[in-house]
Amino acid sequence: MKLTKPPLPSQDKRWKIVDAKMRRYGYASHALIEVLHTVQECFGFLDETSLKFTAASLNVPPSKVFGVATFYNFFNLKPPGEHTCVVCMGTACYIKGAPQILDAVEKTAGIKAGETTPDGKVSVLTARCFGSCGLAPALVFDGDVTPKGKPVVAAEKIKEWMK
Amino acid sequence: MITPEELHKLAQSEREAQQFATHTLNVCMAASCVSMQSDKLKEALDKEIAGRGLKDHCKVRGVGCMGLCMAGPLVSVDGGQSGRDADSTVEAASSRSSGTLYQHVTPGDAAEIVDHLGQAPIQRMECDAKQPFFAHQTKIVLENAGVIDSERIEEYIGAGGYEALSEALTAMSPSDVIRQVTVSGLRGRGGAGFPAGLKWSTVAKANPGAQKYVICNADEGDPGAFMDRSVLESDPHRVLEGMAIAGYAVGANKGYIYVRAEYPLAVSRLQKGIKQAERMGLLGNAILGTTFNFSIEIRLGAGAFVCGEETALIASVEGRRGQPRPRPPYPAEVGLWGGPTLINNVETFANIAPILRKGGEWFAKIGSPDSKGTKVFALAGRIKNAGVIEVPMGMTLREIIFDIGGGIPEGKKFKAVQTGGPSGGCIPEQFLDMPVDYESLTKAGSIMGSGGMIVMDETSCMVDVAKYFMDFCMAESCGKCIPCRVGTTQMHGLLEKITSGCATEDDLGLLEELCEMVRNTSLCGLGMTAPNPVMSTLRYFRDEYLAHIRGKCCPAGVCKIGKEHALV
Repeated sequence: MKLTKPPLPSQDKRWKIVDAKMRRYGYASHALIEVLHTVQECFGFLDETSLKFTAASLNVPPSKVFGVATFYNFFNLKPPGEHTCVVCMGTACYIKGAPQILDAVEKTAGIKAGETTPDGKVSVLTARCFGSCGLAPALVFDGDVTPKGKPVVAAEKIKEWMK
Repeated sequence: MITPEELHKLAQSEREAQQFATHTLNVCMAASCVSMQSDKLKEALDKEIAGRGLKDHCKVRGVGCMGLCMAGPLVSVDGGQSGRDADSTVEAASSRSSGTLYQHVTPGDAAEIVDHLGQAPIQRMECDAKQPFFAHQTKIVLENAGVIDSERIEEYIGAGGYEALSEALTAMSPSDVIRQVTVSGLRGRGGAGFPAGLKWSTVAKANPGAQKYVICNADEGDPGAFMDRSVLESDPHRVLEGMAIAGYAVGANKGYIYVRAEYPLAVSRLQKGIKQAERMGLLGNAILGTTFNFSIEIRLGAGAFVCGEETALIASVEGRRGQPRPRPPYPAEVGLWGGPTLINNVETFANIAPILRKGGEWFAKIGSPDSKGTKVFALAGRIKNAGVIEVPMGMTLREIIFDIGGGIPEGKKFKAVQTGGPSGGCIPEQFLDMPVDYESLTKAGSIMGSGGMIVMDETSCMVDVAKYFMDFCMAESCGKCIPCRVGTTQMHGLLEKITSGCATEDDLGLLEELCEMVRNTSLCGLGMTAPNPVMSTLRYFRDEYLAHIRGKCCPAGVCKIGKEHALV
């Protein structure tokens, strides 16, 4: 049975990047995780449109795509906020005070880890381990690793973002 | 396409080019130092050198991890040359001159460093390169870390890289290669310590004619472990070379590296490394002009701890959910897409090239009787010198933590060291003089694991630590088998109850019963080892559990006693 490839969901150029990735793997179903990585890199998160498009292009049932997307922690199904603060909760960070930092960050932002403020400005996330254990406790503000974090400093940064 | 002779010539010319520079400034460009702005520092040094017209005599290089992450960014001036003598012993290599080492360097210090080239070191920033942290290490896996520019294949070749692959392809049969690995006594560095030679020969013998695969497990999921990241960022070609040799030995022509997406720098260096090696004909078709083909593809992990388990990892490479399956059949017989598959850890592959270069017997002389060679550890937690170290197997915990690690900061007292991540245990003070090898650690109720060592002092509550790991296992359980999925949740609930001061001694009995049950009935390693942190803390720190239950207090002052806890 010859399969027809679904059309790109929109004119957005990012879909071409996603399609190029799939072409590189010959639209093989085993490229699913690699493709989802590319989608997330391009769009910041995985929405229904992208999951359905991926499923149709790789000829994988949508249920399976959704299963994979929700199984792995790395994939976001909700759009991230304008700024993101990731608190590392690895063992080294944990025993050097990461819970206190998370506490301060959550209180300042008024949300729990994994949530985004209602105005969409700040997302707070936790991570398993960045491998920056030598500089524990570590935080990531908008992609920049900040070593030897302190609750007060972290809270200041969040306040700045929320202005 | 490069031939073995050309490879040799390239190595020589690279070594000569290194000696040409009057001064060399090596800036650590591993993730830890980069997050402390070592990239900007390197730019500043480059600008300073260019501005003064010193470009012909002075070389600024971005190198891999120098180990002492705590003191980063590190800069080594006129340090050891990257050319390693072919016959240099481990001792000679580890004591090689390291020139002047500067710590906590900022981009603003660039001018001052260049001012002092060839003069007395700047005392303000000097870091003692002869301190035990550096002097007591033995480097095999990390021999090039902090010495060569990890983004240039030429430097790896100059340091003797790809020599072992060339030797294997031109002068050895696959069974000769396996014999050397077997003689070396190398055991899997992923944690369980399965003899590498035995695994290799099983894959080599399995199902002749079938498509076989080599997989490198770089899904370093243990929180608190960053050795593999350091190896991949500092010396990616060493891992690629090890994998190619393994492919030749077992008869595979396709390799995958399964690496965490959380390590973007390691991923980009691997990508660069694979491209460089392909361009030179050290990977791809007809490697070094022989009939051997081997290609390597990167597969990104997506943040699932269970994917460190080999069958789950295979499922993930195939694009599925990372859920393990019962073994046997082992991946060595039925693995990726049903083909015989060799899965080894990053550090295992990193040991292969030196073993072939110097012989299995040389390797077997290092370490302890049952655990040969060296082990890379990531020291973190309440320890002065946090960073990456490599020591011979059999060194005592005391030497590692107090001599190399510099002991506990702020005059606090050592309480325990946690090894093996969520699958390991906490080792108390009375075992400090125990040699570190696979068997001793297992006897003490922990495991070697991949090499994370997290030191804890009196400010850590051991029940809280057990709860932390149980929370981890509960969240990371893939949900396929009931003992692990439900058992970890129940155990976490009981630990929650204990840490909030609402538990009775019956709960402790129930917790112990659950530990046994989950350990004996889970499907894969995650569930089987999940009770380890609880069992080891119960064994050595039972009084802390009892203080929470009977005395309703937390001796370390960590747990919030009396807080309403969620009902189990």
